[in-house]
Amino acid sequence: MRFLTAKLRLYWPLIKSLQTGLLVATGLAGYMSARCPIFHLGTLAGLFFSLLASISGSTILNMWWDRDIDARMGRTHNRPLAADKIQPAEALRLGLALSVLGVGLAASMNAFYGLIIFAGLFFDVVVYTIWLKRRTCWSIVWGGISGGMPILAGRVLGVGGLDWIGVLLMVGILFWIPTHILTFNMRYFDDYQAAGIPTFASTYGFGFTRATIAISSILAALAMGLSAWGIGMAWGFLRLLGVLSFGLLLLAFAIMFRPSERVNFGLFKYASIYMLAAMLLVMIEVM
Amino acid sequence: MIKMTMLDRLLLLITGILAAYQVAVGIDSFSTLPIVAYSIAFGVLLVAGLLLIILGFEVLEAPIVVIVSTIIPLALSLGLVWQHLIAWRVIYLVFAIIGFLAIVITRTFSVCNKIPTIVLAIVHGVAGIVIFLLPVTLAARGDMRPWFALVGVGGALIGIGGLLLSFLKAGKPIFSREMILKILPGLLLVMTICFVIGFMFGPLQ
Repeated sequence: MRFLTAKLRLYWPLIKSLQTGLLVATGLAGYMSARCPIFHLGTLAGLFFSLLASISGSTILNMWWDRDIDARMGRTHNRPLAADKIQPAEALRLGLALSVLGVGLAASMNAFYGLIIFAGLFFDVVVYTIWLKRRTCWSIVWGGISGGMPILAGRVLGVGGLDWIGVLLMVGILFWIPTHILTFNMRYFDDYQAAGIPTFASTYGFGFTRATIAISSILAALAMGLSAWGIGMAWGFLRLLGVLSFGLLLLAFAIMFRPSERVNFGLFKYASIYMLAAMLLVMIEVM
Repeated sequence: MIKMTMLDRLLLLITGILAAYQVAVGIDSFSTLPIVAYSIAFGVLLVAGLLLIILGFEVLEAPIVVIVSTIIPLALSLGLVWQHLIAWRVIYLVFAIIGFLAIVITRTFSVCNKIPTIVLAIVHGVAGIVIFLLPVTLAARGDMRPWFALVGVGGALIGIGGLLLSFLKAGKPIFSREMILKILPGLLLVMTICFVIGFMFGPLQ
């Protein structure tokens, strides 16, 4: 028992619990947005565990692949793999096992749902992390697409196929990702430079990065608002989403016209709260 | 600058949740303009609460705080007047727009003399009196249930909070900065509770 607890404590940081939790929440919201009988416990549990396992698996595989650059960055050098607290082979086995479990469970529930979960994992690990992350700052587009897969998968499982609302929800996440990641890239600019990872800030400069954040925030807010309207969200909840979107835009424009480290960090935090709140609104509204 | 405690963050979070409830559910039965006005008021309160949680009290250093702290009472009072003082609707709408613009202008461009402070005092004063007296009067006359007087209590609290912040920003603090920041999260929460209960139980069935 003590061995298991010790292992779990060691593995926990590997899955980036907050990020994984947020992505699982987007998948659940995507499913609930279909207004299907959401309290079918078996499907809901299957959805939850397939998302949790596949997202955790891909996160561990990313961390396994990036352990060398994590070791060079001040922010990440204490991560279990970078700090040699876990053997790379052990992490690789764990990541693969969770990924296979997640995709397998998803495919057994619904083949199309499983395919999208697999696509998300493939884009994230192979295309984004292994192929593009060290070559081009535009890799975040693929990171964004893979980040949008859980919500699309959840929607597909709920409605039984692809529809414009599912695609728009995915687009909302895709445009939200730059707001989240680019502010992070600017905050830890020196770390990324030391690790040799190309970012928008190092390639195009801070001004262009801030403009990109502002534009992608507008597009993310538009996509979330439109898809919420498409879902049939009540006016009151749409109003609230509008208010929260206004806060996101306010901060995005603030970093463009009155840039500071504090506002930059504020936008990074607010963007996470915004997405979590948007997902909670979708879930609460259909209950 | 005073560091924000966990209790402060918790109080602000509850304030934000209550403001979010008010925007999403609490004003659904009203007509268009009050819905817009209350959405602005509670929306600003929600976003301001979140920004305070994320960025700490330092966010109050921003020059925009004076303008933001004017939006809440102006929008709330406009919603109340539109709902309950039909004859004054247009006049108050004009006052709200001009008052807001006057504060934006006097705070954006450097105006040497006492005009910015006078404008601030007039706009906050009128809005504060409306939010305090109108609900209390309506409740006392029986036009609304007694609970509606709580909106007036919330109005008095927001008036106090707005004046404290505005005069602090204007460089003429009524209390010390530390005292104001210490009571601000609690003041915002009590004020929001008063508004939510007042709007929920105030209307006659």
